[in-house]
Amino acid sequence: MQKVTRDILIDRAAELLASGMVNRVLGWRSGEFFYDVVPAVFRSEADMRDGFVFDDFCGCNFSKYLVKESARSDGRILVFLKPCDTYSYNQLLTEHRFDAEKTYVIGVPCDGMLDIGRIKERVGEGVIGIEAEGDELIVKTLYDGDKRMKREDALPDRCRHCKGKKHVAFDELIGEECEENDENASGRFEGVAELEAMTSEQRYFFWQNELSRCIRCNACRDVCPACTCEKCVFDNPKSGVENKAASDSFEEKLFHIIRAFHVAGRCTDCGECSRVCPQHIPLHLLNRKFISDINGLYGEYQAGETVGSRSPMVDYSRADLDPSEAIGKREE
Amino acid sequence: MQRIGVFVCWCGSNIAATIDVQRVSDTLAHEPGVVFSANYQYMCSQAGQDLIKDAVRDHALTGIVICSCSPRMHEATFRKTAAAAGINSYMVEIANIREQCSWVHKDKMVGTEKAITLGRAAIAKVNLNAPLIPGETPVTKRALVIGGGIAGIQTALDIADAGFEVDIVEKKPTIGGKMAQLDKTFPTLDCAACILTPKMVDAAQNDKIRIFSYSEVTEVKGFVGNFNVKITKHARFVDETKCTGCGLCTEKCPQKGIPNEFNLNMDNRRAIYIPFAQAIPKIATIDPEHCNMLKSGKCGVCSKVCAAGAIDYTQRDEVIEESYGAIVAATGFNPISMDKFDEFAYSTSKDVVTSLEFERLMNAAGPTGGTLLRPSDGKHPHTIVFVQCVGSRCSADAEKGKEYCSKICCMYTAKHAMLTREKYPDTEVYVFYIDVRTPGKNFDEFYRRAVEEYGVHYIKGMVGKVMPQGDKLIVQASDLLDDRQLRIAADMVVLAAAMEPDKSARSLATMLTASMDTNDFFTEAHPKLRPVESPTAGIFLSGTCQGPKDIPETVAQASAAASKVIGLLCKERLVGNPCVANSNENMCTGCSLCERVCPYGAITYSDKEFKMPDRSLRIRRVASVNEAVCQGCGACTVACPSGAMDLKGFSVQQIMAEVDAICK
Repeated sequence: MQKVTRDILIDRAAELLASGMVNRVLGWRSGEFFYDVVPAVFRSEADMRDGFVFDDFCGCNFSKYLVKESARSDGRILVFLKPCDTYSYNQLLTEHRFDAEKTYVIGVPCDGMLDIGRIKERVGEGVIGIEAEGDELIVKTLYDGDKRMKREDALPDRCRHCKGKKHVAFDELIGEECEENDENASGRFEGVAELEAMTSEQRYFFWQNELSRCIRCNACRDVCPACTCEKCVFDNPKSGVENKAASDSFEEKLFHIIRAFHVAGRCTDCGECSRVCPQHIPLHLLNRKFISDINGLYGEYQAGETVGSRSPMVDYSRADLDPSEAIGKREE
Repeated sequence: MQRIGVFVCWCGSNIAATIDVQRVSDTLAHEPGVVFSANYQYMCSQAGQDLIKDAVRDHALTGIVICSCSPRMHEATFRKTAAAAGINSYMVEIANIREQCSWVHKDKMVGTEKAITLGRAAIAKVNLNAPLIPGETPVTKRALVIGGGIAGIQTALDIADAGFEVDIVEKKPTIGGKMAQLDKTFPTLDCAACILTPKMVDAAQNDKIRIFSYSEVTEVKGFVGNFNVKITKHARFVDETKCTGCGLCTEKCPQKGIPNEFNLNMDNRRAIYIPFAQAIPKIATIDPEHCNMLKSGKCGVCSKVCAAGAIDYTQRDEVIEESYGAIVAATGFNPISMDKFDEFAYSTSKDVVTSLEFERLMNAAGPTGGTLLRPSDGKHPHTIVFVQCVGSRCSADAEKGKEYCSKICCMYTAKHAMLTREKYPDTEVYVFYIDVRTPGKNFDEFYRRAVEEYGVHYIKGMVGKVMPQGDKLIVQASDLLDDRQLRIAADMVVLAAAMEPDKSARSLATMLTASMDTNDFFTEAHPKLRPVESPTAGIFLSGTCQGPKDIPETVAQASAAASKVIGLLCKERLVGNPCVANSNENMCTGCSLCERVCPYGAITYSDKEFKMPDRSLRIRRVASVNEAVCQGCGACTVACPSGAMDLKGFSVQQIMAEVDAICK
């Protein structure tokens, strides 16, 4: 359960709307099912009371939406950001993708968001409600009644290995900052280590198996806060790869890898790509491999930790490894 | 569609012997866009160039592909040919079928296939080429010389003599470099100081020359004709405008016993010092590591005795910013460290010295006042063994030393041997050598005089070990010509330590984006034809930073570098490179990555209004490139996440077309 309730957030937003500090609110709205929470712009308190939600399914990272939303009007837009979302917010400020003066960030604490896919894996279809009881979840289902599962088992990879519970950017905070858990964060690269332990053939088949499921819906790209090009190379109709129907094994062999290269050094590891993937492809593993390589070769670097930080991929210092050494180090 | 002419060069037999040039030109004739294809013995000759011009006229060519040597060799030649024939110079592409093909393949089939492939790639590129027109930039008429040894001094004097301003940056408190430490110079045996110090004075007195001593170059930005340089002038805690160089402070300073670097630590100096009597500038310098006043605030003797009131304990490092049209690297050399050569007992016996130390022991201004005395007990040595090639000509897999020949050791060792025998005829002198290499005007005659007139014992063979025993040094060596082992009880052993580039050269090369070889010597633009220029435009090389050389050669190279600098500074404007970056504003997101990687500061941002697909207006931050400043390095094109940056003449499209042609 989240420690901050929906009403606290609405009350504060209502004050800010009333004072004229902000003229709209970027928040979560309930979708078709209770776990289908979608981003929405609210323009009044009444609107928020009607549809705003804040619960265990508010995983959506709003940072990227600010690029377009903040440009739509001269007034400030209020945005609710969870700790991990603020890294993307900073990274986008670093890249000058929007003006911080046109946003008003309320940092909300996060106790980890639930992954409906993982819940359904355990309890099957027909989930109609979830209640928390200590470390456990009581999942109400349409067909089989109540089922119990551990909350931990319902967390997506990004929350189980949460990289930090402190906000790195905000105008104000609501609620208490949660406790950091270094033990969790240290597990971030376990998945990468497993892949690295494979033979190249095993790894190839692993990715072949995962990526062959891609339906090229482009959700990963569309949600990714690092993917904010004015025109995406994959939308070029001349390329022959602008949609699934036009291409053959492009998704399996290139699409996701090109995307991972494209965001290397700028990816904050927010995990949105994996969250939105309807085919449950663990896309975040590609990005984490890059992050772990960059950390190993050039020292620890967290994109978006501060505004204006220079990614090792576009920075040079005389202490840097020689490229040939970097290759040697990778091969070891 | 372009109308392309393909011209395949035989390069005499250089290409034609390994590549079927007829097949190359016949095959390439069928490539898309090609309307004419020919081969000729020497395409770069007048007749070859006429062949190209005629073809342009007769076949109305719009693009040219030359299959020949490296573009580094003749791209400029063929661009001029194209311009003379009336088509834009940048419609020419070179397929390098010599260095990348005939010289590296033995099999004619393989070589020919590859030549065809490279030709195809060049044709694919020319099909996408567009005419480019270079811009022009003004030239800052001032030169920077980094290093104030004989090389730097000579280069600066010559540049100043031509009427241009020139600054010398020297990291030591005085200019003069290694030559100032030498005693006599081969092959004429005139005294180093007698010929160097007048030049130092000339440099100091020349109103076109500024000397920044005790200073270092800490940042270089810009490009040929327009370098912006930051020079850090280290605090010497003495006001340069007040100090008269009287030297009283250096006598009164109570901090004694500090190793004197100028005499290679063989005697001592005070915490405030002037390296030697003829130092330029003759200004005292306080060594902050040893000065009590600076360390603990207790002393101030120098300040009390200084009549000029020049001592300033509060002085701080000062950064000077200056712009230059050309930069000359003259960072010089050092003898290698003898740490790894323990077999010669250098670290265990004071009487084992390097040749440069021996130079100081022979020098009238040295620690012994010019009398050759053993460092250990101050006695005259009666047997001296010289060991050549210590750390030079080592095998590539050896753990220590350098592969190259240090070039000067044979001559200075002959000089040392000769001078020793001349001054102290009772001293026996042995020289152990691998080969004696004395090419140079009057050099071999000089060496033979050492052997024939002065009775120096030259022994072909190497010293295996030097063992201190009592007050003697037992030298164990082999005589290869007589095939016997020798044991010589010597009083002194002199090691001809290899020369290596100064350690500062590596970081300087990074700042200058000048290339270096594996030994950290600066690389010249062409080993034979452009020996004093770095491949980086506007950077020139003077003296031993480019490779081992003696004084005459250093001075020759220094003057040569100066003449290249003068040639550059004489120009009012430089024709730029039109292959510069440009930003597609419709794709640019304004993320600033290109600005961050640009080494020339050529990229700026502005907010512009754009009409969006839904007809709304949006103000977006977009990058633009200053074409006069951009050097076309391409860093921005690879850093740009959106693919908005591209390089004219090397566009992504052109390069992909080349790759496609190769992979076809």
